[in-house]
Amino acid sequence: MPDLKTIHLSLPARTEDLRNLEIGSVAYLTGRLFTAREGAYKHAIEDGAGMPAGKDALGTANFHCSPAASVNPDGSYTVGAVTATASFRFAKWLDGWFKMSGCNVIIGKGGMTSATYRQFFVPNNAVYLTTVGYGTGALLGRGIKRVAGVHWLEELGLAQAVWVLDVEKFGPFLVESDLSGQSLFERENAKIAPGLDKLYAGTKPATMRRYGETDDKTEEVI
Amino acid sequence: MLTPDRMLAMIPISSIQRAAEELMAKAAIEIPEDYLAGLRRCADTEKGDLSSFVIKAMLENYEAAKEDRRAMCGDTGLPRWYVKIGNEARVEGGPVALEAALRRATARATTSVPLRPNRVHPLWRTDHNNNVGIGAPEIEYAFHPDADWIELTTVHKGGLFGTDYRMLFPGDGIEGIKRFYLDTLIGFGKRGLACQPAIVGIGLGGSKDTSMVLGKQASCLRVVGSRNPDPRIAALEEEFKELGNSIGMGAMGFVGSSMVIDCHIEVGYCHTGGMPMSVHMFCLSSRRACARIAADGKAAFRTDPMWFTDYMRRATVEWGRQAAEAAE
Repeated sequence: MPDLKTIHLSLPARTEDLRNLEIGSVAYLTGRLFTAREGAYKHAIEDGAGMPAGKDALGTANFHCSPAASVNPDGSYTVGAVTATASFRFAKWLDGWFKMSGCNVIIGKGGMTSATYRQFFVPNNAVYLTTVGYGTGALLGRGIKRVAGVHWLEELGLAQAVWVLDVEKFGPFLVESDLSGQSLFERENAKIAPGLDKLYAGTKPATMRRYGETDDKTEEVI
Repeated sequence: MLTPDRMLAMIPISSIQRAAEELMAKAAIEIPEDYLAGLRRCADTEKGDLSSFVIKAMLENYEAAKEDRRAMCGDTGLPRWYVKIGNEARVEGGPVALEAALRRATARATTSVPLRPNRVHPLWRTDHNNNVGIGAPEIEYAFHPDADWIELTTVHKGGLFGTDYRMLFPGDGIEGIKRFYLDTLIGFGKRGLACQPAIVGIGLGGSKDTSMVLGKQASCLRVVGSRNPDPRIAALEEEFKELGNSIGMGAMGFVGSSMVIDCHIEVGYCHTGGMPMSVHMFCLSSRRACARIAADGKAAFRTDPMWFTDYMRRATVEWGRQAAEAAE
């Protein structure tokens, strides 16, 4: 079995470094990143709160997750495992998010569509890295060297707060989209699609249909 | 028969809470041996390079979790409890104290492991940061004849993807069941939303809600390799496992064959006009841990909940059997 190509990327990432990323490669990260998921996106954009801090403080890599963490009595944090949440739900906020955050690396679960990459990622020279598994929570937890700060803990709670993390050899991740907006998942879907019809041979649609139903198995439900 | 002195034994509530906290940590950190062995079998036959890489990373992740005593997955899912009570068991403080102990253990383990506090109000998104709230954690009960122990099982199953329900009809037949099974696996398998390879549970029959409960229990409370006692259903389990692994899809939805670690089907009698069906996928972090707490308060830990027994399935018609016995 051929080994996958592995790349170590420093954060914040320069565009010339991102140019070397090929979909399907393995990536490890070193530097600063911050977590933000639906609560933070909604708060920043819809509630008009803006970013909780500047680019220098947060970094420009956004991880769609929040860690399994607890606040100790002395105010320090114990960070255990960290696993991403599915990213497709955040596509609707991306336009404002890129402008506001200046991010060029988005990390999460399962990627987004190549249409989303072309519309929002490509103009912002941004790539998408997907977590592996999902998820390698313990391995990622090991890669967190320091909690540099936590924002919106009161407003959003532990699971939706913005955690600023300094990481080292943080991974593994797979490059899901490159600077041209290709999607690894869509490439794989296309390879699998031709074999699907024969699995369904002899079956017919359920007696009672459902609204919005598709029988095109090449479509996705995201 | 239990002797009168054992019937008086009262399981200390402190033993229950201690065991429950231990279970929360064990479930979060230690991948059950049956799932691990099943995943290793997938790894042996997986030919897709990306899917193989994913499985290898997950095997390393289980080791890291055990070494560091940290949760294997950062998404705690929805921690919940299954309680089986021996017919002769007595719990100090009764069932109300038992529920309070399980809620306390869930909250305390959320901080001590730590686990992610996932549970929020559906509308107001209120988070108590401890995985406890209105109706959470769920606690389901079952009973067992001629026993004075109590068994606790905690399951931390992902909460968003990999599950679906559909009302089928008798005319849809086995082919209809097969089609809905494929729909669910393919729909949630793409991009690995279901975090496969998974233990797939199918609930067939019962009332609509029963069908969901049976399928969930089939995926979370039966171990890999177990088979339904009805040989024809057992054959379907084998067939569906093979079918799932021949979709062409592996871990994370990449090209491969690692989709289904095992398939479990549980059935219940349903409306004569219907055939409700549910599908559930217990993921790469199949978190379950179980303990039997004896009447003296001692806990014995294991990973097989032994949930589905002959008594649980109520396979016999009780009065018919008794009549037959009386006739002998």
